[in-house]
Amino acid sequence: MIELLRAPFFQLALVAALLVGLCAPAVGTFIVQRRLSLLGDGIGHVALTGVALGFLTNTEPVLTAVVVSVAGAVAIELVRARGRTSGDVALALLFYGGIAGGVMLMGIAPGGSNAKLNSYLFGAIASVTIQDIWVIGALAVAVIAVVVVFGRELFVLCQDEEMARASGLPVRFLSLVIAITAALTVVIAMRVVGLLLVSALMVIPVATSQQLTRGFRATMALAMTIGVVVAVGGLLASTLSPRVPPGAAIVLLALGGFVLALGVGRFVRRGRVREPGVHEPTPVREAA
Amino acid sequence: MSETATETGARTAGETAFSMTGGKVTLDRRPILRGVDLTVRPGEVVAVMGTNGSGKSTLVRALLGLIPLSGGQTLLYGRPPARFRDWWRIGYVPQRLQVGGGVPATVREVVASGRIARQRRLRRTNAADRAAVADALEAVGLTARAGDPVQHLSGGQQQRVLIARALAGRPDTYVMDEPTAGVDAETQRLLADTLATLVMQGRTIVLVAHELGPLEPLITRGVVVRDGLITHDGAPPRPEGECARPGHEHVHPHAPDEPGTAEILGRGAGAGPLNWQGEA
Repeated sequence: MIELLRAPFFQLALVAALLVGLCAPAVGTFIVQRRLSLLGDGIGHVALTGVALGFLTNTEPVLTAVVVSVAGAVAIELVRARGRTSGDVALALLFYGGIAGGVMLMGIAPGGSNAKLNSYLFGAIASVTIQDIWVIGALAVAVIAVVVVFGRELFVLCQDEEMARASGLPVRFLSLVIAITAALTVVIAMRVVGLLLVSALMVIPVATSQQLTRGFRATMALAMTIGVVVAVGGLLASTLSPRVPPGAAIVLLALGGFVLALGVGRFVRRGRVREPGVHEPTPVREAA
Repeated sequence: MSETATETGARTAGETAFSMTGGKVTLDRRPILRGVDLTVRPGEVVAVMGTNGSGKSTLVRALLGLIPLSGGQTLLYGRPPARFRDWWRIGYVPQRLQVGGGVPATVREVVASGRIARQRRLRRTNAADRAAVADALEAVGLTARAGDPVQHLSGGQQQRVLIARALAGRPDTYVMDEPTAGVDAETQRLLADTLATLVMQGRTIVLVAHELGPLEPLITRGVVVRDGLITHDGAPPRPEGECARPGHEHVHPHAPDEPGTAEILGRGAGAGPLNWQGEA
């Protein structure tokens, strides 16, 4: 284990896993609250076209993925905001286009191969380069900055959009902020768990955390902790045997945690209801 | 309440809180409001009444600019909603608490979000914010439950959370969409007490209701909406006899479904027969 920790490729992988584990659930908390759990999946599909464009144009695939997935996220948000029933179909079309476009472009790209395609679809954390880490690190800083700067407003928006409007919040701008932040997170996570499982790291830690917590902040904090634990844990598990794919290990570990939390949460909640006096109304002021 | 004085802007004489002229709203090609004129001045306590589907809820949401007008215009303190900046002056109490996608939020977190219009981006939560939230929780009797998830509360308690959220912002004007609908008697009484305090402080209140219950003595003006038009605007429905004495401290003795209300309203404005019955 110590030897492995000294290996540069593993150190890079560990940093990537840490950043993903931290960022994905932070954004995920807002996304789940906004009932957009599948947003990450949609962006992930579109990002594949971005990756392939990188191979086709001989630019860094992570960078082209950022550009295309941000564009895709903005498109998804614009369709969502119009709120038409046909929006659902429009989104589906966008997703299919993203995957088909990605596979097609990857096929014609000079450096493209099925192995490369797979490494983006299912993750290839062991092949993360130092350049990747710089990009992932910068995106992670951007994502955390968004949560810190806009967190309070995003909480109101995700809780009740109409309330956000009645409080004078820039609803359209904040919705775009969420969509773009989700797109950046997808790109951070794609090298680690792959585009098809990106959304799992945004959603599962949050779903797990909310079984055990009472407040929004607490849910986010616990979800980020769970994210880091499963991302690093899954990575370590994959070192046990070369046959264990890290991306899948991370997601399965997260799911295992969810099932565990479901059981524990039920137990904890039953305990809470029995607390005496919790449901007694507090005395009311009699006269105004 | 020294806080209140510093947080409330000086009132300009003659300004209006809300002013809608010829307001029309069309949703899915169906006309909901068909040309509404309504002006609310600071300090008024207006009850907007009407049957389900009359457009009363749409009217107050259009007043706030939450629903775009398809015709006419509406002003918030003299400005169209899109150019209105002083949102801290408005405290909106929606019909129901939205809990989003299931991420828990504590009562305190939701009530504290009522400060959002006063808290500019990056401004840290300060003592005044915390005091306002604590006062608001106290006013609705939810201090003991501040740390509980709102999802665990009953409907009436959730309604109190919504009211506390509006109180926490210490606005000039409250807009409440059916604050009394489906809440227990105790919450109704508590709401009446809270509103009485606000009225004494000279706040403006516009509330949608289809029965006033214990709020009745506080109302200074009744507006009745029917089929997207205002059919009565003037005296609020008043019970007759003993209860109508001026200065009568009103503890509502009648059943909630008081049949007399409609009659009194109809007579007052010549608005024709109004049917308040047969509602959910």
